[in-house]
Amino acid sequence: MNNRHNFAAPRLSLRFIPVWRRNFLVWKKLAGSSILGNLADPMLYMLGFGYGLGSLMPEVGGARYITFLAAGTVCYSTMNSATFEVLYSGFSRMHVQKTWDAILNTPLNLDDVMLAELTWGASKSLLSGLAILAVIWGMGLQQSWLLSLWVLPVVILIGLTFSAMGLVMTALSPSYDFFIYYFTLVITPMVLLCGVFYPVDRLPDFLQIAAAWLPLSHAIDLVRPLILGRIPTYIAGHVAALATWGLLSYWLALGLTRRRLLK
Amino acid sequence: MSLLRARNLRKRYGDTEVVRGLDLDIEAGECFGLIGPNGAGKTTTLKMLLGLIAPDDGSIEILGEPVPLRGREARLRIGVVPQMDNLDPDFSVRENLLVYGRYFGIADSVIRARIPGLLEFAGLTSKENARITTLSGGMKRRLTLARALVNDPELIVLDEPTTGLDPQARHVIWQGLRRLISQGKTILLTTHFMEEAERLCDRLVILDHGTAIASGSPRDMIAAEIEPSVMEIYGETVADWGAQHGHTLCERFEITGETLFCYTRDCDRVLDQLRAQHSLRYLHRPSNLEDVFLKFTGRELRD
Repeated sequence: MNNRHNFAAPRLSLRFIPVWRRNFLVWKKLAGSSILGNLADPMLYMLGFGYGLGSLMPEVGGARYITFLAAGTVCYSTMNSATFEVLYSGFSRMHVQKTWDAILNTPLNLDDVMLAELTWGASKSLLSGLAILAVIWGMGLQQSWLLSLWVLPVVILIGLTFSAMGLVMTALSPSYDFFIYYFTLVITPMVLLCGVFYPVDRLPDFLQIAAAWLPLSHAIDLVRPLILGRIPTYIAGHVAALATWGLLSYWLALGLTRRRLLK
Repeated sequence: MSLLRARNLRKRYGDTEVVRGLDLDIEAGECFGLIGPNGAGKTTTLKMLLGLIAPDDGSIEILGEPVPLRGREARLRIGVVPQMDNLDPDFSVRENLLVYGRYFGIADSVIRARIPGLLEFAGLTSKENARITTLSGGMKRRLTLARALVNDPELIVLDEPTTGLDPQARHVIWQGLRRLISQGKTILLTTHFMEEAERLCDRLVILDHGTAIASGSPRDMIAAEIEPSVMEIYGETVADWGAQHGHTLCERFEITGETLFCYTRDCDRVLDQLRAQHSLRYLHRPSNLEDVFLKFTGRELRD
């Protein structure tokens, strides 16, 4: 019998590409509002806080506040974009529009659909990260062109990690309302703990220890030095931390989704 | 040649066995019906046949492929019309066909060449660029049927294809299905409209509580299981009429609410008797598949 266990390893296949293209085609049609929502919002925050608060602070972490914040915003915006995509749009495709059901009747299987969701979430978030990076370049905030280009592969990794984490929630969710738990209990605390707006070393010790485990901290520890013109320290460790969060989440999300849909 | 062969299919959910040892054989080129009341196990059976869920026991072979092991390869040659419309609301009619064809790994140029024929088949040529939200229920169903043909499948599986459609739209779907049958396609359909099964299916099985309780061609089943004539008698006093005459005039009779179904070979005697009854209305008709279905599955509501 081919009675595979739900939590068996993912089966990888390039057949996911048509599903990715489907999402891309939908996005192209709605690109205007999508770009505005995904990109304008973080940019306004970055500029507002950057200049407003920045004028009160001489320097943060050895840089102008707006530069410090811009590096955090790249990560924050990438995370948010991936999360929103796999949570709300992913749930809509899976549960509301039954797009996945239609796809599963073709030669594609659920593993292909999930891989498409993962890579699509990462693709959309790459666009968000890229937009903030473009503002950074436009304002000349980066200290080194070459190092700031290295932000791009990091953004892809951040997008994959947070897409995978979000897919766990999508797999468990009975309705859109459920996602508020994830934002309130996971995303928002992470934003406040991981050094988007201020250096983590300003927090009490126990919060610093907690923050060190969270994926957003590792993302920021990679991106911020690259913007500030330094080579990050402990690169392998940060990459491994993000990859571990991503892979474990993806494996869990796939297992939970198989359990939910393949019955 | 057997195009689909399933043996001893079993599927259990918790304490309930929804499919209990089902055997199916479908020949190439026939229209095969899987009929049964709600909860009989029809949709679960279809999901197992398509390789979407693994049976707990039993074996399936479709188009020479063992399922679910090679479900992907089997589905490459199958078209599916699901019970619920799941067209892409963000796309036009044309884009729905294009995107769906890509899932089969078909090149865009091949799909584009097929689209005019599919639109013609579905009667949607003028709606090529319409958004899905602007289509009527019947148009959506026709598009879903056309979408299932995008890979030029050998087997077309339809799960309650006309549920929720008005009679006009239903007839158009039937016409389309007959056209496919005449082209030599094999069709597997589930339905709880007996008229649909009787009109379209060469052979069918009646499924109840997860097992096949009867099978054969609709005509043979009616001939074998049911008296040729049915008298439907309506009225408040129908129970009294049944008690008085039912056993003598009918070979078999059933009462549901204020209706009595009298099954008989000699309808003249029943008609003579009824002409004298002014409080009763009646309808004389030949027996049909619904009578067979109700004989096997009973008249109680299934929810």
